[in-house]
Amino acid sequence: MDNREQTVAAIRSVFPEGEGVAEIPGGEMPAFRVDRGALPALARHLKNDPALDFKLLLDVCGVDYPGRDERFEVVYHAASLERGQRIRLKVPVPEGDPVVPSLFGVWRAADWFEREAFDMFGIRFEGHPNLKRILCHQAFQGHALRKDYDPGQRWLLRETEQDDMPAWAKERPEDADHFETQVLNLGPSHPATHGTLRTVVRLDGEIITKAEVEIGYLHRCFEKMAESHTWNQVIPYTDRLNYCSAMMNGVGYALAVEKMLGVPAPPRAQTIRLILSELSRIMDHIVDIGANLNDLGAMTPFLYMYEAREEIYSLLEACCGSRLTMSYVRIGGLSHDVPHDFAESVRYLLKRIPTLIADMETLITENRIFRDRTEGIGRLSAEDAVDWGWTGPCLRACGVAYDVRKAYPYLGYETYDFKVPVSHGGDTYARYLVRVEEIKQSLALVEQALGRLAPGPIIVDDHNVALPPKEKVYTEMESLIWHFKLIMEGMKVPAGEAYGFSEGANGELGYYIVSDGGGKPYRIKVRPPCFAIFQAYPHMLEGATVSDAVAMLGSFNVIAGELDR
Amino acid sequence: MREPEPKLSLPVAGRAGRGGGGLHEKDGDPAFLTTRVEAWIDAARKNSLWPFPFGTACCAIEFMSFMMSHYDISRFGAEVVRFSPRQSDLLIVAGTVTDKMAPVMVRIYEQMAEPKYVISMGVCACTGGFYRAYHVVQGIDEFIPVDVYVPGCPPTPEALLQGVVKLQEMIARGETRYQRALAAAKAAGA
Repeated sequence: MDNREQTVAAIRSVFPEGEGVAEIPGGEMPAFRVDRGALPALARHLKNDPALDFKLLLDVCGVDYPGRDERFEVVYHAASLERGQRIRLKVPVPEGDPVVPSLFGVWRAADWFEREAFDMFGIRFEGHPNLKRILCHQAFQGHALRKDYDPGQRWLLRETEQDDMPAWAKERPEDADHFETQVLNLGPSHPATHGTLRTVVRLDGEIITKAEVEIGYLHRCFEKMAESHTWNQVIPYTDRLNYCSAMMNGVGYALAVEKMLGVPAPPRAQTIRLILSELSRIMDHIVDIGANLNDLGAMTPFLYMYEAREEIYSLLEACCGSRLTMSYVRIGGLSHDVPHDFAESVRYLLKRIPTLIADMETLITENRIFRDRTEGIGRLSAEDAVDWGWTGPCLRACGVAYDVRKAYPYLGYETYDFKVPVSHGGDTYARYLVRVEEIKQSLALVEQALGRLAPGPIIVDDHNVALPPKEKVYTEMESLIWHFKLIMEGMKVPAGEAYGFSEGANGELGYYIVSDGGGKPYRIKVRPPCFAIFQAYPHMLEGATVSDAVAMLGSFNVIAGELDR
Repeated sequence: MREPEPKLSLPVAGRAGRGGGGLHEKDGDPAFLTTRVEAWIDAARKNSLWPFPFGTACCAIEFMSFMMSHYDISRFGAEVVRFSPRQSDLLIVAGTVTDKMAPVMVRIYEQMAEPKYVISMGVCACTGGFYRAYHVVQGIDEFIPVDVYVPGCPPTPEALLQGVVKLQEMIARGETRYQRALAAAKAAGA
């Protein structure tokens, strides 16, 4: 009995056929259509039955099907790290009564994901402790991702209408034990947030007793924009999700669409993607570590590390003309080939970066001040981290060796020799150590990949997917027609759905894609890794000091573009 | 019409004649020049801009490059970044501003002491860019006046350096929005 059959059997043993849990055959993972009444019991069973062990809730999202009797669908994705199995649950919800029981009591990771589905579709999650808008502002009317919402319809938020403080911040719980409480607003424009995040904390002396995070200050409507652009036009938008490592977002998206099309990119494109992805990972970790150190008062390492970033920028600019937001990936390959001196430039980077990292390490790793500021700060147990939906370096710093590149290899990662660094501290220092080690592993990966870079095509030769070469467009009628059709209508992706995921710099970057067979995506839901990480932050703050809050925030690498989309 | 900015040759140590520092003729006699105090002050202001980095998105990352040693804004005298609006006179809006963020931006702009200048960095801040969407401000000039627009998605650090230099030229010529409003107010009052 394989993994999938085992999963289905374990569910069927408690939820027999016809009791609100119907299996959806086919697809990339076991999927069930669940009545909302049966949902909480099924969720608890999925999480607690050792034969199922779906401890990690990855994503909750809504989809709008205006033609159906039950207009909305709430889609859950969960994973079992031990068993290497994934599952998808779909809960149909009628428009007249859009209520679903909240799963916050089962997986705490559901917290913000459910709020987002409420904000975007108006689906109410019964039993959710804090169900209010999360991305759109307070004066917003309607639900933006419903199909009948006009993408350009804005609502003005006046300064007086801002929901300044959460309700708890307005009361003053002063008694004999708490005599000097005050409420402090960190952000949304604050030097330590590196973006637009806002944290409201209540201080008792210097200790934070309660905290709440407000996000959405950079909600740029990625998902709505994706629905009105062709499949390839979405790529520039993906670049602006995690803009510290733009390449990896595009690669993840292209892989997900290629999976639906059944058209893998040619080997040379895969290798270039891998090299540039790993260099992007290095860039991302550099910014994260550098900014974190900067917040803690160590400016010098940031200057050293930024030099490495500038060196990588030069390579990226030589490849595609853009430094930061590259738009280099195309579905089916890459937009064009790398420059002739690519290998030479990468070899130079492989020599240059380790010296800069070594400089930084000499200054920081055993630095007494840094260790005092970070060791034991922002500690989370492995169990809690999984419960909050953490992935990536932050989860690995808690001692869980889950890396998509090892667990579900893509781009041929299974053929490379690299290690997944794990630390058991679970604190800010451990997250720093994991990231530094990951930079070294990425360098090793780049070196191996460079040796395998063989000549060949860089995009698939399939006129349904990739534009024909320009010289053919100018000389052959048929190529001109394909060019015209691809530009005007976009490629046709077969109707269906897929959850494509890759290891982004912050963790599992997932794209849940629904296609109706047309030239544009029907729905794209991004599973941003730092969204799940950041929702644990206000809970971790309780009992910490404000200076700890800054140290912790830096180590999470919260990128507002990815967080708010 | 304003007078041109005074062209000064700074005294070189050793060449200074009687009385030590100050400006001197070639023969060592103390020199003087005539100017207007506004032009003198503008010359000082343009060379000591203190930016407030209102970084919201991708452009903020390029803003970091603009600060760092490779491009180094301190060559142009604007490296003293302050995160308090009360200490800065140049607001650099780097990145997309959403409707949720707009009141925050307006409040920061209002908290800045005059004279104040605004650079809009990147197409999102200039026009909303390719986010023609329900939550994105279609150009920050919907809310605050802008002196220099720097296009690009994101603009290269060179482009932003050029934006700062352009602003310095505008300050010297008295063409920023603040200076024009002041001149207009004076003219109306006179």
